[in-house]
Amino acid sequence: MIDVKDINSFYGKAHILNGLSFSIGQGEVVSLLGRNGAGKTTTMKSIMQLVRPASGSVRFADRELVGLAPYQVAKLGMGYVPEERRIFTDLTILENLEVGRQPARDGISQWTIELLFELFPNLAERQHNRGKALSGGEQQMLTIARTLMGNPVCLLLDEPSEGIAPVIVEQMANTILKIKQQGLTVILSEQNLHFARLVADRAIIIESGEMRFDGAFSELDANPELQEAYIAVS
Amino acid sequence: MGLFVAQLLTGLANAATLFLVAAGLSLIFGVTRIVNFAHGSLYMLGAYIGYNLMQVLPGAFGFWSSVLLAGVIVGLIGVIIEVCVLRPVYRAPELFQLVATFGVILVIQDLALIIWGAEDVLGPRAPGLKGVVRILGEPVPMYDLAMIAITPFVLFALWYLISRTRIGVLVRAATQDREMVGALGVNQAWLFTGVFFLGAALAGLGGAAQLPKGGADLLMDFNILAAIFVVVVIGGMGSLPGAYVAAVLISVLNVFGVAYIPQSTLVLMYVVMAIVLLVKPYGLFGREEVAGEHGQVGEPERPIKPASLRVRLIVGAGLVLLACVPLFGSNFTQVLISDIIIFCLFAASLHFILGLGGLVSFGHAAFFGGGAYVAALIVTYADTPMEVAFLLAPLGAGLGAVIIGWLCMSRTGVYFAMLTLAFAQLIWSLVFQWGEVTGGDDGLVDIWPSEWLNDTTPYFYFTLVLGVGGILLLRHAAHSPFGYALRASRDSSRQAEATGINTKRVQWAAFSFAGAMAGLAGALFVFSKGSIFPSELEIARSFDALIVIFLGGVKTLAGAVVGGASLEYAKDLITRFEYWRLTLGLLIIFVVVVAPEGIVGTARKAAERVGLLPDPSKQS
Amino acid sequence: MTAVLQVENLSKSFGGVVAVSNVNFAVEKGELLALIGPNGAGKSTCFNMLMGQLKPSAGKVFFQGEDLSGLPSRAIWRKGVGRTFQITATYASMTVAENVQMALISHNKRVFSVFPYAHKLYRERAMELLSLVGLADQADRHCAILAYGDLKRLELAIALCHEPSLLLMDEPTAGMAPSERERLMALTASIVADKGISVLFTEHDMDTVFAHAHRIMVLNRGELIANGTVDEIRNNAQVQEVYLGGGNLYESNEAG
Repeated sequence: MIDVKDINSFYGKAHILNGLSFSIGQGEVVSLLGRNGAGKTTTMKSIMQLVRPASGSVRFADRELVGLAPYQVAKLGMGYVPEERRIFTDLTILENLEVGRQPARDGISQWTIELLFELFPNLAERQHNRGKALSGGEQQMLTIARTLMGNPVCLLLDEPSEGIAPVIVEQMANTILKIKQQGLTVILSEQNLHFARLVADRAIIIESGEMRFDGAFSELDANPELQEAYIAVS
Repeated sequence: MGLFVAQLLTGLANAATLFLVAAGLSLIFGVTRIVNFAHGSLYMLGAYIGYNLMQVLPGAFGFWSSVLLAGVIVGLIGVIIEVCVLRPVYRAPELFQLVATFGVILVIQDLALIIWGAEDVLGPRAPGLKGVVRILGEPVPMYDLAMIAITPFVLFALWYLISRTRIGVLVRAATQDREMVGALGVNQAWLFTGVFFLGAALAGLGGAAQLPKGGADLLMDFNILAAIFVVVVIGGMGSLPGAYVAAVLISVLNVFGVAYIPQSTLVLMYVVMAIVLLVKPYGLFGREEVAGEHGQVGEPERPIKPASLRVRLIVGAGLVLLACVPLFGSNFTQVLISDIIIFCLFAASLHFILGLGGLVSFGHAAFFGGGAYVAALIVTYADTPMEVAFLLAPLGAGLGAVIIGWLCMSRTGVYFAMLTLAFAQLIWSLVFQWGEVTGGDDGLVDIWPSEWLNDTTPYFYFTLVLGVGGILLLRHAAHSPFGYALRASRDSSRQAEATGINTKRVQWAAFSFAGAMAGLAGALFVFSKGSIFPSELEIARSFDALIVIFLGGVKTLAGAVVGGASLEYAKDLITRFEYWRLTLGLLIIFVVVVAPEGIVGTARKAAERVGLLPDPSKQS
Repeated sequence: MTAVLQVENLSKSFGGVVAVSNVNFAVEKGELLALIGPNGAGKSTCFNMLMGQLKPSAGKVFFQGEDLSGLPSRAIWRKGVGRTFQITATYASMTVAENVQMALISHNKRVFSVFPYAHKLYRERAMELLSLVGLADQADRHCAILAYGDLKRLELAIALCHEPSLLLMDEPTAGMAPSERERLMALTASIVADKGISVLFTEHDMDTVFAHAHRIMVLNRGELIANGTVDEIRNNAQVQEVYLGGGNLYESNEAG
């Protein structure tokens, strides 16, 4: 589904990704783990072409993404949910969803506003409210819903649990599992190991822009040294 | 009563044009965050192109087709400008685009002169609407009534497009976060181009539609520019109904102003704007600016350090060289260098608040010209000696800055810029229209230095000492706690306020200090020329300073000085050509597109690349 | 002895919407007090009122017996309240040391001074503070290229400039990896213990809260619904329902 091969990305002059490679299969939910500044967000942005890799290749659905504009990547079916949420605060919930709307794709059941409101009941109640009136949790729901309106085949979720109350994060975990059942591929970057474990099948650890681990959570759990080095809780 | 109604209707008819052009400007600003200074030029092109089309297309159908076609053609010209000039600089530092659009103004001015000549063009009257209707006994042109009737429909159509259609939703979303709109699968580059087309087309429509009322001439670009800015600011940036209400307000006031208080017509508009902004900081229908927009944050500025010994020696050597100029240079060279130094001091004073404080002032000429006028007035009316005038000019300009700063300081970003522009224009129009005291357009003459300086070479040294001294003073202030506090207020006002710094007061003090230094430059200027005219207070003068700062590089004071010297020198060379505006405009656009970091910034990057300077990103 | 911070009947409404309603609490000397609650519960509003960025609709805030209500944030800072931000706020155009020096200049009331070179003022004191948070080796780096975790520590150093008696920390570990969170909070806890500073902080990461808070308050829909020790809060049914959820998202009691 997605093949990231040997990408090098810079942010300004800082070398963030250092020959990073991994691949992810159809329908998988994979979590990128690692410290702040390790390169998780840049990996997401490099897939989305919001940061253009200086070298390397990102293949998605048999197309090379490097060199495309972000909107072209989105049209190919890549959905991006940014870290800072970035909802359009002056637009209503319905209008926010409208911005994300893209035509349906073959072989994938289409998302409609009704279906999304079923998935996120809080948003339905407030559909005519402007984005700025929403709480942090509701804003996070809205960014995911907005991206789903584009009927993506793959979803990039950048730190979805950041700054959200545990009880809402639990709801969100359930939502992501439902989305997964629709056959979507999901890549999420996380600092919250508990949450990542709840939703992801596989973990990829990034450190200094390089991959340090790629495997199941059970493997990770069995390797305390690895945990200690890159993601240790205490 | 009849006259009153007739005047009201004239005002409403004039509002139609103003609204069309201002709506275009507002739309472009709302989405692209570009303050398009070339908008007046697009309006002028609409008038000329409409005129040419009307010569070819006959009858009522021909007239209205010409108006629409002129709109479309100007829209396409807008697309060319957007794609060729603005696209390359969207990612450049904030407000850098301003300079690019200013270059476009100069280019269009000369192109229009080449194509249409210097003669004013009288607009044809609209076929079928040539007569007048008598309303309460007063004649009202039928064309005026047609304009009054059409405008609300245009307003409604635009409003519907923006608030009810998918395109409108996308446009509003892009206004807030263009990168995110792109990441959701919308080609936002073309969305921008589309908006630019629409905005430019509205300006063109306005230009063509006013032909029967006003014709076309080469001054109409600047003449409408100030008015549409006032309309957009009063109405609220980005608000279409606001633009309409403000256009009506300004036009009606203007008609009554001409009728009852003709000596204050110019002042009136800016007074209204200042009052509205003081009461409603974001205009009648505007909303608070959303800070921290995504997708256009420039590279953060680097730490500053006082000059090293080597740099000091080089600067010292340069000064010694300048001091030797009278030994071998002609009088002309000395005057040119004096002009350059004065201009550099003016630019450096603007850099202090713009570069360090992040406060973009569009009206800095108010303090330059203000200082010059203070000196000229007290010399003319009180026979004050030059030495005292040199004390009072910076004080007067500084006091003006204290007052204007106090009125503007609670605004931020574009509103701050616009409010400073309004006050500068207010001062300009006062000086221009208060002829008995200021001499009006004829200016004040015979302002010469005292005996001991009344020759080229002594005054050259005097300028060198005060001008360079002023620049060094500004530079030292930048490295003092005060300059640091100014940068802190710009970098993070949250942190600054949370650590006891009164950011508004720091900015206010900096604004006043910069005003005083500009006043000093003005005083040097007036005694060097012996006369002063209102043109030294004009928008164009403020822009000169802005342009050199952006051209030289916003990030360093050296940029302001290098830019100032380059522009003043280039002007001296280029103004000898017939089409110097075209040359200068293209030069500005070229620098903006090729070297978006400015001359100094680009030179510094180049030096780092080849290893002449240490590369900061490679520090450990 | 009076509490360092005493909050009485604090309320705030926007238009007709009540954001914070009748909140009462006290922060004792040397105490690390956590304020938690769902998004939109009024934590930020509460914090902004304590810091002087919002004016309370009703109620009073006393700091060491002095009424702070209605003062701007810079005046509150001068009285001895330091703060750190949820989204880091530092001076990106300055070096790390200069960031701290700027706060020291302000503390010594020399903001409007134009004669000395700012980068030479209070340099030694700034270095002491940077050593305290472990940033001394990065003192002359450009602040804009600092890693996120280091920026958070820099903020802490800035906040300690005027030797505050109370630190207000708004989600101090937001956006950090678990190991970094732990390091930052451990550092904060040790400084608090050394200097006897009191800390009030908001946080969503329950591992951090449970590990370091001496006491926890829970805000829901603008009202304080619980105020107690870590164990009391963990086992409070209402808190579990509105905030903590089923317990999947933090270390279990045994491990913590």
